Amino acid sequence: MLVLPQKREFNFFIFIILIIFIISLRTPSFLDINNFMDILNDTAILSMVAIGQLMIIVTGGIDLSVDASLALTGMSVALLNQHYPEIPIFIIILISITMGLLLGSINGLLVSQAKIPPIITTLGTMSIYRGLVFVICKGTWVSAHEMTEAFREFPRRSFLGISNLIFIAILIIVLFLIFLSLTKTGREIYGVGGNKTAAQYVGINLNKINYLVFTLCGGITGLAGFLWVARYAAAQSETAIGFNLQTIAACVIGGVSITGGSGTVIGVVLGAFFIGIVYDSLTMINVSPFWQMAIQGFIILFAIIINTIMDKRNQQLLLRKRSFNE
Amino acid sequence: MNKPKTLVNKSNILALEKIRKINLLNILLKWEIILLSIFIAIIIVNSNLSPYFLDYNNLMNTTFNFIEKAIIALPMMLVIIGGDIDISVASIIALSSVFMGMASRAGVGTFGLITVGLFTGLVAGFLNGFIITKFGIPAIAVTLGSMSLFRGIAYVILGDKAFTKYPKSFAYFGQGYIGNTMIPFELVLFIVLAIIFGIVLHKTTLGRKVFVIGNNSTTANFSGVAVNKIRLIIFTVIGFCSGLSSILLTSRIGSTRPNIADGWELEIITTVVLGGVVITGGQGNIFGVIISVFIIGFLKFGMGLINIPGKVMTIIIGLLLILAIMLPELLKRIKPKNNINKIYSGVR
Repeated sequence: MLVLPQKREFNFFIFIILIIFIISLRTPSFLDINNFMDILNDTAILSMVAIGQLMIIVTGGIDLSVDASLALTGMSVALLNQHYPEIPIFIIILISITMGLLLGSINGLLVSQAKIPPIITTLGTMSIYRGLVFVICKGTWVSAHEMTEAFREFPRRSFLGISNLIFIAILIIVLFLIFLSLTKTGREIYGVGGNKTAAQYVGINLNKINYLVFTLCGGITGLAGFLWVARYAAAQSETAIGFNLQTIAACVIGGVSITGGSGTVIGVVLGAFFIGIVYDSLTMINVSPFWQMAIQGFIILFAIIINTIMDKRNQQLLLRKRSFNE
Repeated sequence: MNKPKTLVNKSNILALEKIRKINLLNILLKWEIILLSIFIAIIIVNSNLSPYFLDYNNLMNTTFNFIEKAIIALPMMLVIIGGDIDISVASIIALSSVFMGMASRAGVGTFGLITVGLFTGLVAGFLNGFIITKFGIPAIAVTLGSMSLFRGIAYVILGDKAFTKYPKSFAYFGQGYIGNTMIPFELVLFIVLAIIFGIVLHKTTLGRKVFVIGNNSTTANFSGVAVNKIRLIIFTVIGFCSGLSSILLTSRIGSTRPNIADGWELEIITTVVLGGVVITGGQGNIFGVIISVFIIGFLKFGMGLINIPGKVMTIIIGLLLILAIMLPELLKRIKPKNNINKIYSGVR
């Protein structure tokens, strides 16, 4: 029952269709199948990492270090590939996931054991991880010709016209959809965000959940790090800078409550897709890319305000219903 | 009706209050002593590592590099004590600087530029505060959005270009000295502001109210403190100070790029937290923050003298932030049983 999209997601979906319709009136090439594949490829990484971010925001936290840990794993595997080209690609993938899990678990430990608020923890680790990227690459780039072809081509390689990148994203989405809505631990994550004290009284281990969400997010981010570097065929110390804000934007646009407790995987995926459409259409109608940041900030603020107003209204409706029943 | 059994009565509260005060005083005293010893250690180590460190002119001139951040650290102290956070400050600097650049290109004089800079900061801070208090959204979420929005506007206006033409008299604010001495104007401005913020925080009812809000905003609200009004004021003040800092920075480097002051929010928050302000709000003091300003400033100066790259410095600042917050929790773990906890748990 929980897998079914809820009303908000459905409305949002209709809204996205409408937007696509309006844009395609202005630029018919927007509806081209290749363009659509491009948008899907562009949003694949975003939606994966945004799902990791979703889990953290649902527990009432936030992770600002995703872009830095993405860059750090990406740079590490790129350097690995450059110096040891004989390592097979699936080992590289395993290494990137493991490294991501490790970086995420550092965040998780600091939050759950040292009791540092997530915002501060990840602000700190963001600068540490970002600095480490610079240290390990010594300020240089790893560019396309220094990577093996298997490495570079992995995200692009397609099966039935759908690229590996999209397949992996779909796999992650389905996996976490099931995890968050149908497993006990998944439901506990929502419980922690809804009401910490109540969650503790029903026997949910807060520390365990906090540690788990950061570690899982790290794992996804690590995988995304490899995919990012391979897809853009470049690793540098500024890779993915500002990407953390994009993942948060995808979450709040997808209806995730920033105070925790509510938000769905489908909503977040739609949110990421929406961002993809907006950026793509901006380039289609020749708006300078310098507008992206401002528009992203505006969308975040707008979405947060709308979410808050909707939440309040829903609560009032609920109260009214309750008093009516009594 | 049964009266609930409770230990809370007047004498009990008074006794608690007394113990709490002594205890707090001890902790603060200890924390400041720790900070002071770190400060002295940094000076000793630095002056051993480089002969250029302990030079009056050098020390005075290095204050240029961190006073602009320190000026935002003061209102950030109020924000964090009040239980909020503002991560949009660096973006406000960029926005103010860009607007000043535009004004300067349009031929506005020095006085006009200052007005533009301060006003932009004021409006940006007010906007943050307004959204936060009006809709009841956590400050972190709002300032995250406005961080992107403000810097985004700077990018929209400037793109990959830069404003470089500023009037000559404008340079005084970021480069000038007081009279013929080697004391920078910025430093004096900071000292004046620090005194004002110290008095407001520790000697006025407004300051007391900020502490109350940070400890428990619901209680504060029910006790008649105009919580949202005060939060709005604080956010406006931090916006204003960011505008002021933007004037100093723009005047000092004489140009505006959209990535100006990138990442400053991290260092400013680190300064405040290292200064002993508790990140969850309700505790903190001006002296700690001031010592911490100079600790981080001189630490970076020293690292610069021995050629440590800036990116490595951010690693160290990040580590410092995490360690500074971890320390109280670690101390708590080392001695988990002390009297005050027993009494408090009894009340609960």
